[in-house]
Amino acid sequence: MKTHSSTTRRNVLKGSAAAGVAALVSPQLFSIARAQTAPIRIGFPVPLTGPFGAEANDQVKAAQIAVKEFNDAGGFEGRLAELMVRDDKLNPGEAATRTLELIEKDKVNFIVGSLSAAVQLSINNVSKERGVIFNSISQSDAINEAKDWSKFTFHEALNPHITAGAVGRYAFGKFGKKVAFLTADYAYGHEMVRGFQRVGKDFGIDTVADIRHPIGATDYSAFLPRIQALQPDILCLCNFGRDQVISITQATEFGLKGKTKLVAPVLLYTARQAGGDAFEGVIGGTSYYWGLESQIPSAKALNDKFRAANGGAVPSDYGALGYAGVRSILEAVKAAKSTETEKVIAGMRGLKYDWYKGPQYYRACDHQSVQSVVIVESKHKDQKDKNDVFSVVSIEAPDEAKLRSCDELGHKA
Amino acid sequence: MIGGFTLDLIALQLVTGVALGAIYVLLAIGLSLIFGLLNVVNFAHGAFFMVGAYVGVFLFGLTGNFWVSLVITPLMVGGLGLVVERFLVRPLYGRGIDYPLLLTFGLSYVMVEAVRITFGLTGLRLPTPPELRGAVNLGIGYFPLYRLFLIAFTGFIVAALWYFIERTRYGLIIRAGASDPEIVQVLGIDIARVWLVVFAIGTGVAGLSGILAAPLQGVTPEMGVPVLAEAFVVTVVGGMGSLGGAVIAGLLVGIVVAMTSLVAPDMAKVAIFTLMAVVLLVRPRGIMGRAGGMG
Amino acid sequence: MSLTANSSRDTVPGSTTLWLESARKHRFALTLVFLLILPWLMPYEALAVNILIMGLYALGFNLVFGYTGLLSFGHAAFLGTGAYACGIAIATYGIGWFGGIVIGTAVATLTAAVMGVLAIRTRGIYFAMVTLALSMCVYYGLYQMQWLTGGENGLRGVNVKTISVLGLELPFINPTVKYYVVLAFVATAIWLFSRLLASPFGAVLEAIRENEERAKACGYDVARTKLVVFIISGAICGLAGALNALHLSIVPIETLHYTTSGQAVMMALLGGMGTFFGPFIGAATFLLIQDVASSMTNHWQLFVGMIFIGFVLFFPRGIWGSILHWLEGR
Repeated sequence: MKTHSSTTRRNVLKGSAAAGVAALVSPQLFSIARAQTAPIRIGFPVPLTGPFGAEANDQVKAAQIAVKEFNDAGGFEGRLAELMVRDDKLNPGEAATRTLELIEKDKVNFIVGSLSAAVQLSINNVSKERGVIFNSISQSDAINEAKDWSKFTFHEALNPHITAGAVGRYAFGKFGKKVAFLTADYAYGHEMVRGFQRVGKDFGIDTVADIRHPIGATDYSAFLPRIQALQPDILCLCNFGRDQVISITQATEFGLKGKTKLVAPVLLYTARQAGGDAFEGVIGGTSYYWGLESQIPSAKALNDKFRAANGGAVPSDYGALGYAGVRSILEAVKAAKSTETEKVIAGMRGLKYDWYKGPQYYRACDHQSVQSVVIVESKHKDQKDKNDVFSVVSIEAPDEAKLRSCDELGHKA
Repeated sequence: MIGGFTLDLIALQLVTGVALGAIYVLLAIGLSLIFGLLNVVNFAHGAFFMVGAYVGVFLFGLTGNFWVSLVITPLMVGGLGLVVERFLVRPLYGRGIDYPLLLTFGLSYVMVEAVRITFGLTGLRLPTPPELRGAVNLGIGYFPLYRLFLIAFTGFIVAALWYFIERTRYGLIIRAGASDPEIVQVLGIDIARVWLVVFAIGTGVAGLSGILAAPLQGVTPEMGVPVLAEAFVVTVVGGMGSLGGAVIAGLLVGIVVAMTSLVAPDMAKVAIFTLMAVVLLVRPRGIMGRAGGMG
Repeated sequence: MSLTANSSRDTVPGSTTLWLESARKHRFALTLVFLLILPWLMPYEALAVNILIMGLYALGFNLVFGYTGLLSFGHAAFLGTGAYACGIAIATYGIGWFGGIVIGTAVATLTAAVMGVLAIRTRGIYFAMVTLALSMCVYYGLYQMQWLTGGENGLRGVNVKTISVLGLELPFINPTVKYYVVLAFVATAIWLFSRLLASPFGAVLEAIRENEERAKACGYDVARTKLVVFIISGAICGLAGALNALHLSIVPIETLHYTTSGQAVMMALLGGMGTFFGPFIGAATFLLIQDVASSMTNHWQLFVGMIFIGFVLFFPRGIWGSILHWLEGR
């Protein structure tokens, strides 16, 4: 039996007959056609519980600001937006189930969310099969590639290739050519290494070690003596979250910082807060840091709204993405004057926007948001308050040439 | 040079493995003690470890002294263990091994969530005590002082526990209770109190390993999860219920992880489970295990 | 061990109500009725499909745990290899959905055979630990084979929009259709399961669980029986895995993790181990509590944990086991 049997007219008729019967016996017996005044529903699966709970809660708070803004301005033709938050528990299986719930039961118009490569790929697979727009707000290279991508897929976040590339361009010229890598052994880690290596070729770096550690490792002491013996100029920590906090803490403990500059492609705001003084001097990339407000008006605007709504707190990097992800979709609805999927896709493709970090737009072939990368250095002694953890050392302007080409990703020209 | 690595590096890696093993040893001792004497598979062991780290940070915040926290933490976590044994585990004795397992599984959920509610999601820090910062030259290379302290301190704890169980009157009662609870009861000793004390010691040591690990890896509500699996492996490899087995297996696992990390870093975690599978297939009761368990 | 033996009560005469007896005779039909109406009882269909699949998984696990008395901590390996084999067959090799299910079940059966041969001679807690270790080896093995399994990112693209059954094109993407297609497989599996328990083989299982030494003395080949049970159990869990791949259209690497094995233990205990209907009740309760609690509070784990503790302390027979016990006591 084949799945893709040729679709003859007879089969189609049979199929629709079966669908009709299914609709009749469906538990949602009276699924009323949505009226014009029905809310615009945005599904928002994020890992509220688990190790990234702090970031996820920040994402929700920021997304709610985008929704409130839209509704305060009257919505779209009287239709207000509604955010339907779900806990994906950082588990791709749970995320797939929740996405099915959002699409099949809650009949959401759009989906925004996720905070892990595996989870976003899972949500993407479920939503693209059902023709629902998904705007991903976490990092991954795979989601841009033709194999996973669909026209319903948008990627608001940076991806490892852009981030690692920007950090590499900044660091390799400044700190030396002898580079060691300590990498979490999964796709996301490998993608970051690839990003560094691509740039490293232009700089002529010498890779002295490329060590893979198991994801979620709690002890790095077994890797560190070897790295120390090699005395690299730069150690690139291609890992994320807790792994990063622990590996930086232990590298400091082993005294690596004496001769080696520590560099992380994605330096998390919350990880830095948890890691404390061990992070001092560590260089890294980020999509957003609240301190941008001194030079970018839209960042100041978002921070002020966030502070007002959350007792003076500032949005984190991933939090701010929750705002941007939701706002892009709602602005596209306004631009397209419709909530129909095809028209909103066209609306998003046409956006040239500056929601919170300077100018951005979606690249045509893979809907990757072309945007700036912020390079930050961790502070310690001269911190003004607990939020003042980074100094912005460089901003790499948005540039399509820094992305992997459409061709390389497998998209037809 | 062996396989491209200098002898110094290999020796240093060996020391690293022993330091790594020290934490495994402490974790496995608690688990093994509770299983060997109470026949309880404590799935909340990782949660007690985590609570130990949080209690340590909390006490450090109050006193500003690492050493005071180090002494009080195991007492407080052991106290929590007393309460858990008395009110949750005790009603289940005699009902088979599955029920305490399920109960402690549920308990670990409650403990992790209670910590999240109390201390937040982001995680905290416990700074290395100033006396133990920095690295010392071992002749083969520099090694962090704190990890050397960890090895020595673990040795001290193991020796103390060994003395307590093998050389004191109370230890004798515990050993007798493990091999034949009925006889002990007939002799007029309150066996329930013995079990209570053993559970408290086991969880107290778990809490102690929590505060010891805190300066190395930070303090988060989820820190007990990976640790639990590794502690089980060590306990099983050593033989459940055997103190000596826990020590040997803990060091063995630490060294295997360190050496695999040198040669094939991405296989470090597979190595742990492969070791366990091999040991169990060759010697189903573990290295020093007695007959027992639920079979 | 304190396994709740319930089938031995079949012979208890007297006050046991007659309808309970007949209910036991028609256990398959009654379970089927429950599963037929399940989607109407659940907040949404995707959850109902999850319950169906996890219920089948717990049922397969219960054959080893509740009916034979072996505590396995490695059943995630069967759910996982079943899911991956089915998913890879469909996503990578373009094999049809039915072929995918067959392949998934077959690969899981094979995995169970290998693990069973290695593990079956250990006993008690050591059996649990050997199965745990072996299943973690499977986990890390497939984790490293990124080119085949997608590694940490999981396997994507198990996309089956329509399926043809006897010339009829069914929209598998429709949640109701999906539920009943999955139910057809689950029902077949539990019917076979019910037949197995009623057969002479089922009687051997009971003898082994009651007293292994006596069963040996009676001339039963205990080791071989255990191995066969382990393999059948693996096949059932593999079928559940294959159905899960079709349902979610992805296979997360977490499927293979030991926490998934732990879930089987929890669901079986919660529902009532060694009972026919218990695993489905356990799966439904387990997933429903998590779903409802997590949509009400971020601290859902606190409540789930407390419910577990409460059950262990006050309803050790599990939900279904307690109900049966109460009915019999009247």
